[in-house]
Amino acid sequence: MTDAMHDGNRQPQDVRTTANRRLALKLAAVTLAMFGFGYALSPMYDVMCKALGINGKTGRTDAQTVAAQPVDLTRTVTVEFTGLATSGLPWEFKPLVRKLELHPGETREVKYLVRNLAKEEITGQAIPSVTPGETAPHFKKIECFCFTRQTLKPGETREMPVRFVVDAGLDKDVQTITLSYSFFNIDKVSAEKYGGTSLAQAGEHDAHHDHAHPAPGG
Amino acid sequence: MSVDHHAEHPTGISRWLFTTNHKDIGTLYLVFSFIMAIVGGIMSLVIRSELWQPGLQLVEPNFFNQMTTVHALVMIFGFAMPAFVGLANWMIPMMIGAPDMALPRMNNWSFWILPFAATLLIMSLFMPGGGPSGGWTIYPPLSVQGGIGVDFTLLAIHMLGISSILGSINIIATVLNMRAPGMTLMKMPMFAWTWLITAFLLIAAMPVLAGAVTMLITDRHFGTHFFDAAGGGDPVLFQHVFWFFGHPEVYILVLPAFGVFSQIIPTFSRKPLFGYASMVYATASIAFLSFIVWAHHMYTVGMPMAGELFFMYSTMLIAVPTGVKIFNWVSTMWRGSMTFETPMLWALGGVFTFAVGGFSGLMLAITPADFQYQDTYFVVAHFHYVIFGATIYGLFAAIYYWLPKWTGHLYNETLGKWHFWLTTIGINLTFFPQHFLGLAGMPRRIPDYALQFTEFNQWSTVGAFFTIASQLIFFFIAIRAMKGGAKATDQVWEGADGLEWTLSSPPPYHSFAVAPKVK
Repeated sequence: MTDAMHDGNRQPQDVRTTANRRLALKLAAVTLAMFGFGYALSPMYDVMCKALGINGKTGRTDAQTVAAQPVDLTRTVTVEFTGLATSGLPWEFKPLVRKLELHPGETREVKYLVRNLAKEEITGQAIPSVTPGETAPHFKKIECFCFTRQTLKPGETREMPVRFVVDAGLDKDVQTITLSYSFFNIDKVSAEKYGGTSLAQAGEHDAHHDHAHPAPGG
Repeated sequence: MSVDHHAEHPTGISRWLFTTNHKDIGTLYLVFSFIMAIVGGIMSLVIRSELWQPGLQLVEPNFFNQMTTVHALVMIFGFAMPAFVGLANWMIPMMIGAPDMALPRMNNWSFWILPFAATLLIMSLFMPGGGPSGGWTIYPPLSVQGGIGVDFTLLAIHMLGISSILGSINIIATVLNMRAPGMTLMKMPMFAWTWLITAFLLIAAMPVLAGAVTMLITDRHFGTHFFDAAGGGDPVLFQHVFWFFGHPEVYILVLPAFGVFSQIIPTFSRKPLFGYASMVYATASIAFLSFIVWAHHMYTVGMPMAGELFFMYSTMLIAVPTGVKIFNWVSTMWRGSMTFETPMLWALGGVFTFAVGGFSGLMLAITPADFQYQDTYFVVAHFHYVIFGATIYGLFAAIYYWLPKWTGHLYNETLGKWHFWLTTIGINLTFFPQHFLGLAGMPRRIPDYALQFTEFNQWSTVGAFFTIASQLIFFFIAIRAMKGGAKATDQVWEGADGLEWTLSSPPPYHSFAVAPKVK
């Protein structure tokens, strides 16, 4: 590679010192590049997930598109609903229907109930997740309370709809899908007051982050 | 060789603080790593004492989890890695006929970062809320939620990483630029080869860990959300980045030990190493493969089938170059005039122990089987066999092999053999039953367990105390050899071959000021 390598100790001292320094700088550049690569893994991960349709970024769709899709009457799928208000949000939050059965391709609507237990107005943001993760690309929402922030007055109760469709492309082996929501307080100060943490980036709520959480145990 | 003025060096504390001498720095690394081994060993005894019987007896669960976490971090970053950097410092210049490391001033710096990093890491245990308790893999969300102790740990990991990167750059520069005339790359001793490859692994893998740790720090304090699902991040991303570092890290810990085995087995078989070139290529193949198998640590996160198959097959592929190495060692011994002095015992014991860990690793590589083994004591048994077999056996083999060279005195061979046999009994008593515990479903990192696991856990605890008590013999042997004993010859071992054995025992403070000629 370098001359110093072959000639070894026959080189005068300062020539070898220069060669060592130059090599050290090159290796430092490699180190820096690998540090950058570590960061690059983050966008690469998102791109891979999107390109391969893995790790379940769920889709959004609209009523017209759904109407054009065939309904697969030959099989039924169970969809389960859960919800959790995180520790920084003093709300009662639960699905009004625990589970329902549907045919892939048909549009259904369920409602979640939310009640503000605090004595002040609070704004929250729900983050959805679908299990198993592989089903997420086939789980499409037409309408969801998670598309926007929800602001509740003290003591206010609200029924919130989710209209969705599981498309007919769903893997034949899947019999049950679970849709879960975590409701976060978007205000950091308010969240800490109720003993929890807020949504990490409250300002980005409209960048609809639908995440299918992988199965636990990883 | 030795000229009087070459032996001049500052004395007292300033000799050690400001030294740029590769032998001094090697000694510092080794002493530091053994201090860390004692710290980490005490932590393992806390863990094993709590697991003596079911229920919670000695420590709070949170403290127990801090012990499992910090034990691993101390042993990996504080003991295993610095110990082998220390060996590299001592031996590589002497083995390739160089007067010193390529960048001596940086060498001093890369060592002296370590004590500060270790202090930060240990201090984390005394912070409000305690140290990190989410496992050494510092997975979010726990590592994002923890207290200030986690910040101490993250900074300590950064510093330990910087230290090992600087050390690696130095080793690469030394091996590539400082070899004696006539020593081509393919004539280098295997220890220099395995360290060269390890150093490349380090500068490729450690910065990725530094990236992951930096992301954790910014997630904790600066409002980013790389790993926070609530903010659009993904904790699984951390696992990918972490294991992209983490799997090469395993080979960073074992490859230098493979180099040690490749020095020692030919010496005591009185035959040259069988398949030298294939040994080099096998090491390089292991290093390459280690970068494409990372997700076998996370089969259960919900990967697509294609991913699980890819990582399963690529992981199993590593068994091929590893097998090449093991068969080469066996072939080296074939029809050799073998003797079993202490270094040879450690080397052979190490190959055997590592092979056991390698086989359980193959079991873990099988995706559907791993769904059963994931996060159980089977995994704990597996990686302790690997790390003990390669890293610790390799380290002891190296120390017994080169101790007469370093000190000029022969150590007590009988005691050395006692140390080997007692340690071997101890670690097998400790870790073999953990295979059964794991297969029966005992989860790792939990201070309590179901009643039926009691007996195997008690074997394991007895084994742990037995193993650690046996190490007292080592400290006795090493200190006695430093103080005096029978004079060692220059060659020390009858079958030893290589430039380091042409130097006096102990070697002069500055060796190979005039480069030797290699034929």
